[in-house]
Amino acid sequence: MRIGVLAIQGDFEAHRQRLESLGAQTALIRKPEELDAVDAIVIPGGESSTMLKFLERGGFFEKLCAFVKTKPAFGTCAGAILLAKDVGNPPQASLGALDIQVRRNAYGRQLESSIRRSETTLPGGPLETVFIRAPRIVRIGKDVEVLATDQGLPVLVRQGKIMAATFHPELSSDTRVHAEFLRSVKNGTK
Amino acid sequence: MPDHNGHSANTGLRLKTGLAEMLKGGVIMDVTDAQQALIAEKSGAVAVMALERVPAQIRAEGGVARMASPKKIREIMETVSIPVMAKCRIGHFAEAQVLEALGVDYVDESEVLTPADEVHHVDKHAFKVPFVCGARNLGEALRRIAEGACMIRTKGEAGTGDVVHAVKHMRQIMGEMKRLTVLSEEELYAAAKEHQAPYELVRIVAKNGKLPVPNFSAGGIATPADAALVRQLGAEAVFVGSGIFMKNSFEFADPKEAETRARAIVRATTHFDDPKILLECSEECTGAMKGLAVAALDEASLLQNRGW
Repeated sequence: MRIGVLAIQGDFEAHRQRLESLGAQTALIRKPEELDAVDAIVIPGGESSTMLKFLERGGFFEKLCAFVKTKPAFGTCAGAILLAKDVGNPPQASLGALDIQVRRNAYGRQLESSIRRSETTLPGGPLETVFIRAPRIVRIGKDVEVLATDQGLPVLVRQGKIMAATFHPELSSDTRVHAEFLRSVKNGTK
Repeated sequence: MPDHNGHSANTGLRLKTGLAEMLKGGVIMDVTDAQQALIAEKSGAVAVMALERVPAQIRAEGGVARMASPKKIREIMETVSIPVMAKCRIGHFAEAQVLEALGVDYVDESEVLTPADEVHHVDKHAFKVPFVCGARNLGEALRRIAEGACMIRTKGEAGTGDVVHAVKHMRQIMGEMKRLTVLSEEELYAAAKEHQAPYELVRIVAKNGKLPVPNFSAGGIATPADAALVRQLGAEAVFVGSGIFMKNSFEFADPKEAETRARAIVRATTHFDDPKILLECSEECTGAMKGLAVAALDEASLLQNRGW
């Protein structure tokens, strides 16, 4: 089992280190054909508009769309925006793998970034959540499970094999979110 | 609010370096108006630096270079959805206060502008907005980090389109870090003295072999191959100043040509270690700014010597 980390730009190294510290094998993904060698994909934090530019080229977008329809995926911040069905502020293309609507930069600019403690259904109590120019999930579909909330709003969600966080678990010392993703990858590919 | 470990003092630093983490692998482009900012965003820039004049113009026109007008910066902030940075003069904490009040996402305390203090840099710990600072060597980088910088970039020689000093500074910083990793504990005290940097930071670099904050490159990058070069030398992201929107030191490039260049440099920064893609990027990219050879500049006109 090998987890791909989309490495166009962003904090992909932080994801790779976290996944490897939890015992997973990883591969950085910069070209569409590299998706053939992995069993799941992590889309990191970064700038979603920049990542989209790269996906527009060489059939990458279509290939990634097809990948996330059948295989596990986990997106944080920009990654959550790319996985969402609808994106606003401003509207932009997305993979549509997760039945949620997100609003980009919904909390404001960098000065509104914050580290919080959020309620979660994951065992072990509240979760440290690092929000950086974060998006907000403004609508969730009926098949979407909420795994963590902050001030009553969903911040970590799952639908089938797809997980998304509006915060950055890769920048926290709390490993539970990545561990949960790896657990679902294992169960899903048995 | 206290963070996970209950240390609230650390929270600000984590948020500041956190945004720098999000910019890794990307290109930050200098822009002087909303139209250029849109082109930058459309080309895949991860952030823009809002300026009154790009470094090549500042160099050519002379005069005192100051913080850009808030009106111009605000116009750019309202135009693009990516982070917007702006420059303040070295030591000009009041300009930094204005930029923070304006709500920019990062402040560059920059040698490109005319310094406002010949001894002190801004106490960057006093701000909630994160700062990036230039450095030519490890000691300078660590002094800036001690003052609260959350991102370091090489200084290079801004506004020249000549990559030679971006390379020199990156090699210098990387080489000095490597040397620290082989020193014994007791040798680190003398190393700290030699680098004129705080011992605690020297010790962190010796242990990890890298800076405690992201390490980017700037100063003279003008082509896709230049961007790939500094990335291969260890830069985690790239600032491109005059290289995208300038034709020479006085005239702007045609917007279409600027966009082609911007796209090619963005692509080369991601695929920095893939020569086949770098060839494509180089072929797509038409022309580069005329530039000035750094070796032909006299010492007094070098912007990199500003900063203490």
